[in-house]
Parts: sequence; C-alpha cells; structure tokens
Amino acid sequence: MAARIEVEDLRIDFPLYHGQSRSLKRSILAHATGKRRLQENEKHRLVVEALRAISFTLQPGERLALVGHNGAGKTTLLRALAGVYEPVAGSVRIQGSLNALLDPNQGMNPELTGRENVALRGRYHRMNREAVEALQEDVRSFAELGDFFDLPTRIYSSGMIIRLAFAMATAIRPQVLLMDEWFLAGDAAFREKARERLETMVRGADILVLSTHLNDIVRSWCTRVIWLEDGRVRMDGAVDEVMEVFAGKIDTPALFPEAVAS
Amino acid sequence: MIPAEADQGFAVDLRHGLGLRARNTMAFQDVVRGIGLWRLALMLSWLDIRLRYRGSVLGPFWLTLSTAVMVGALGFVYAYLFKTPIHTYLPFLALSLTLWSFLSSMVSDGSVVFTQAEGMIRSMRVPFSLYIYQLLARNVLIFAHNVIVIVVVFIAFDSPVSWSDFAAIPALVLWLIDGAAVALMLGAVCARFRDIPPIVSSVMQIAFYVSGIMFKPDMLGHRSIYLLYDPFYSIVEVLRAPLLGHLPSQMTYVSALGFSAVLCLLGWFVFLRVRHRIAFWV
Repeated sequence: MAARIEVEDLRIDFPLYHGQSRSLKRSILAHATGKRRLQENEKHRLVVEALRAISFTLQPGERLALVGHNGAGKTTLLRALAGVYEPVAGSVRIQGSLNALLDPNQGMNPELTGRENVALRGRYHRMNREAVEALQEDVRSFAELGDFFDLPTRIYSSGMIIRLAFAMATAIRPQVLLMDEWFLAGDAAFREKARERLETMVRGADILVLSTHLNDIVRSWCTRVIWLEDGRVRMDGAVDEVMEVFAGKIDTPALFPEAVAS
Repeated sequence: MIPAEADQGFAVDLRHGLGLRARNTMAFQDVVRGIGLWRLALMLSWLDIRLRYRGSVLGPFWLTLSTAVMVGALGFVYAYLFKTPIHTYLPFLALSLTLWSFLSSMVSDGSVVFTQAEGMIRSMRVPFSLYIYQLLARNVLIFAHNVIVIVVVFIAFDSPVSWSDFAAIPALVLWLIDGAAVALMLGAVCARFRDIPPIVSSVMQIAFYVSGIMFKPDMLGHRSIYLLYDPFYSIVEVLRAPLLGHLPSQMTYVSALGFSAVLCLLGWFVFLRVRHRIAFWV
C-alpha cells in the first residue's frame, strides 16, 4: 500500500490542570494577551494551544521539514502524527508502516543491558526470535559498544547511550519515518557514519517528516517545508521559498551541534 | 536494516468528535491489539520482577520468604486471640493473606499503571491495554511465588484436597478479568486526579480489616450475612472457599458476580470515554 499522510484541521491543546484557581487563571490570561497561546476552552479550563488549524497532505516521495522556533509545536506535531496525542479537533490519517524517532531513550530501561534493550524494542515491533537476533546483531555492529553491549545501559556514557539509541532506532526501516532533531546529534567520530546510515534510511522511506532548524539538512534532504509559529502554519511550500524567508529569522545554523537535548 | 512490519490499512487514523460507538470500537481495538503483543507483555512483566530483585541472592523468593514469616507470626498470635485451633486457622490464614496481597497489589499497581508508563506512552503509540496485561502477568508471577507458602502449610497441616478445588479455576479467571477492569478504571482516573491513589490505598487498608481476611467469616455468627455487601469479601471468598475444601454459598457467587459485572462495566465505560486523553494526563 502506498504511504500517505493526511492531516486536516488538526488542533492539539494541553490542559493545565494545576492552574484552575480563579485568580490564577485570570492573571495568567491577563498576561498572555500578547500571543494568546493560553486560552480558556469550552469547559472553562486553562489550556495551552499547542497546534491550531494544521492541514497538509503528503504523498510518497515527499520529504517534509518542520521548522520553527522552540515551542512552535514541531515536536507536538510529530507526536500527533505518531498517534501519541489524539486530535482535540480535526483528524490525522497515516497509511503505511510507521516508525517515530522522537525520544532518544524511547522505552530504554537503564537496568537492562544493551542487548536486552534491543530485544525489548524488537518485541515492541512484534518481531519474532530470529528477527530480534538479527536486530541485535545489526545494532551491535553499528553502535560499536564492544563489551559494553552486554552491560547495563545505566553505566554507559551519554555518548554511548546516543549511539545505542540511534543504532536501535535506525535499524527498523519504515515506509513513513517521523524524526525529531536530536537524531542529528552525536559525537564527532560517530557523525559521518550516523549520517550515512540515516541517509540510507531516509532514502528507503516513502515519506519523511523531520523536525529541525538546520538549514543544511533541510536543503539537502527535504522537498517541502512547513514553518510553524505559535502552533500555526506560518508558511508551507518548496524548500527554497520557505527557507529564504525563515533563514533571515534564525541565527544558529550549526550542523550536528555537540549539545544533545535529553 | 530490517523493514518494519507493514500494518494493513491505516497505521494511524485518528479524528476528533467520535461518538460513543466509534470510541467503543477504538477501545475494543486497543484491547485486541494489546493481546497481539502478549509476548511483550510477558517479557515486560518478567523484567519487572527480575529488575526489582537484580543482585539479590534469593531474588523473587524473598516474596515467598516474607509471606511465610508473616503467615507464621500472625498465625500463632491470632489463633490464640481468636481461640481457634491452629491446624484450621493457619491454612486459612496462609491462603487469605496470599490472596489478599495478590488482590491488593493488583489494585495498587492498577492505580499507577499508566502514570508509570509515562515515558513509553509519550514516545510511541502502543495499545494502552499492553500495560494492563503486563500488570496482570506480573501479579500472577508474584502470586505463583507465594503459592509455595500455601502448599507447604497445607501439607504440614494435612489439609484435605477435594473436588471443590476445581471451582477455584473459574474464580481465578474472574479475578483476572476484575483486575483488568480495576486497572482500566483506576489507571485512567488516577492519571487525571492525583488525589485518588492515596484514597485507594486507605480504602484497601480498611477493606483488609473488615473483609474477613484475618478472621473466618463464621466468627461473625449470624452477622456474617452482611459480608455479602462487601465486594472484597465475596470476591476473595469465591477463590478461597474452594481451596479450603467447601464451595462458597450461592449468595456469595451472586454477590461476587454482581460486583464484578458493575466493576467491568464501570472500567470499560471509563476507558472508552477517556482512552484518547490518557496521553495528555500522564
């Protein structure tokens, strides 16, 4: 089946259950008049407008970059596409097998060894024993953890964790790939190798949705850009068109930043 | 690289404004897809136990040992207090306490079943029922370790084995269904209202003392009839009585099944109403 993503008039709100007192609500609403991302919903609850009126359709072959400042709603949109957050209004439909690389520690248990964590991930993807063994072999050879692969991940350095998480997440090749920008981070020696593997994976996927603000990556990998601002689509179009306007607004185009968001 | 298994149809198909019937279908799919992940549920539950006791010499058998010590200590004191012969009281107590710890840990785990899985829930779309199955499997495994105490006590006091023991099998199935219903209900409600878990634990503590766990129901004399209004009593009794060699009364069954039906309906209703909100709450 051909992969396809359809998003229609998507809205996501985060409820703020701890800001229910009247006076607090009033003062927050009074101060939030600028951008108005804090709103009162129909039930008079305080909510953060995470996403508003998002609509787009992706066909096979399309590679979408989500750009925007911190808090613009990029990660929330990825999570909504992955089916983690269900729409508060509108709809999300995705056809084809899906893999979402959202959280580096995605279900990793620090008490388990690297090998056991890989097995666990395989089971989440409904793999049988042989497939799990193949996955372990693939991850082991790529992550280059040596003897550490059979030790609890609790004692790994942060670089090793990233390497394991990266190898694990990129070992499963889906039709629709959703990716958050932390995947572009990693230690220097690992970068080239990681990038190569990621590119293979990206090329293998029918549809890619990538959240980033790295100009270089967007230009070399993507065919379309959606610029999010305050939870709404500010601009949607071809890479050059959007990036030209957007690039004027950002100042950190560093590729593979050393710092890794945890 | 290994290609991901392609699901037939939509990998994600979510919309707002579904009616009750559509939500019911989604809740049902959640439960069915969770069953498809039974290997994972078993693996996770086994890991839960193994990790809790990683590095310990006795491992999960600490559970057995502590149950044994508790049964022994309480047994001698309370047999004297209640002026009951120890050879009938101790088997009763061993069974009662083990069953109660099975039940109460299902309830207390149930109230944190979703909040504990916060990391997974937010990073991947996995059927919520998976966490319920994990909880059931874990508690059954723990119970299995405690069964040793019951067996030893029963052999030591030469308790009779009878045909009525088979009546425990449907009762155990009822327990698992009830456990799932409690977890569906409490898991969701406790994720939203963080005041509920402490309430649950104090209710459980009171229930332990009033539900005929430490004392035999017939010690209440003609007042034991009131125990039938206590869901904890009747649900424990349908599993306990057969193992002690007599079938529970008809009214006990009526009470246990009635409370279970209410519980299941309530659990299902809560789950189908709030399933789509759980990710926002944890």
